Amino acid sequence: MLLISCPNCGPRDETEFHYGGQAHVAYPENPNELNDVEWSRYLFYRANTKGTFAERWVHSTGCRQWFNMLRDTVSYDIKAVYPMGTPRPDTTPAAPEGAAK
Amino acid sequence: MAETAASPTSEKNLAAQNLAVRTSPARQLAEAFASGSLAGTVELAEVPFLTLVGLRAQAGSETAQRLASVTGGLPAQCGGTVTNGDTTVLWLGPGEFLVVAPTEAHESLGGDLIQALQSALADGQGQVVDLSANRTTFELTGPRARAVLEKGCSLDLHPRVLKAGTAYSTEVANIPVILWKTGEESFRIFPRASFAEFLGRWLLDAMREYASPEVP
Ligand SMILES: [Zn+2]
Repeated sequence: MLLISCPNCGPRDETEFHYGGQAHVAYPENPNELNDVEWSRYLFYRANTKGTFAERWVHSTGCRQWFNMLRDTVSYDIKAVYPMGTPRPDTTPAAPEGAAK
Repeated sequence: MAETAASPTSEKNLAAQNLAVRTSPARQLAEAFASGSLAGTVELAEVPFLTLVGLRAQAGSETAQRLASVTGGLPAQCGGTVTNGDTTVLWLGPGEFLVVAPTEAHESLGGDLIQALQSALADGQGQVVDLSANRTTFELTGPRARAVLEKGCSLDLHPRVLKAGTAYSTEVANIPVILWKTGEESFRIFPRASFAEFLGRWLLDAMREYASPEVP
């Protein structure tokens, strides 16, 4: 069980949260201009990172607010919790915007 | 029917009759709660039909100030509550609150709390929603109340951490509830109506061991 520090409520059990997938996937500026391949990449393709991964979580049983988290997908070590809309607080290259490789 | 609708007294009687025919979400457990309660150790009861109002307004906004003037304030952070007479506001999230008021505060029984909040909201950005039927209220009291809750709640309920007058939206028995510590040995638990029977039976089961003599 992970102990996740909600920015509003403090540390709570993982069961109070829901996972929201990869963070920093920007909505396309002009969705109508995308072809099917590009659109499918936006919708369905995500990074499968081994190591530090930026992801979204929502404190569904608590304050019901979304936030971003940097989590190591190997050790499950939580490296940072930061607000929605702010850039990834890390020196390593950010996850690709939009579709993953 | 004009005669019955004319006098406010007969309207009150009608409201009382309406309340008498309502069935609360844990009504079927009332006898089990009474027989499962251990006077002076841990007691469980349903407090049916409290008036619950959901509020949403951005903290610090004019709308929030107008709503706060009706309730006597809005709590500022997680865990916070503001009590004004018999009405308490619980913090649920940034800009989201739950007003807990007596049954009679509801408009169906002649109260005016919800109308007062709605007129305070006016056309401001926010929400005033009657949530009275969304949840029911359990009252768990006695020196063993904390021990019962600790079987199914991962928050630190020790009095050096959890003070009376604190309320959290969290999980008890793996279901979402609002847990409000109302006194040193008393808690109010608000499960959604559909979870009332499950949580009631879970609490009864958790209370059972205290009916037996302590094993040395
Ligand atoms: Zn939270």
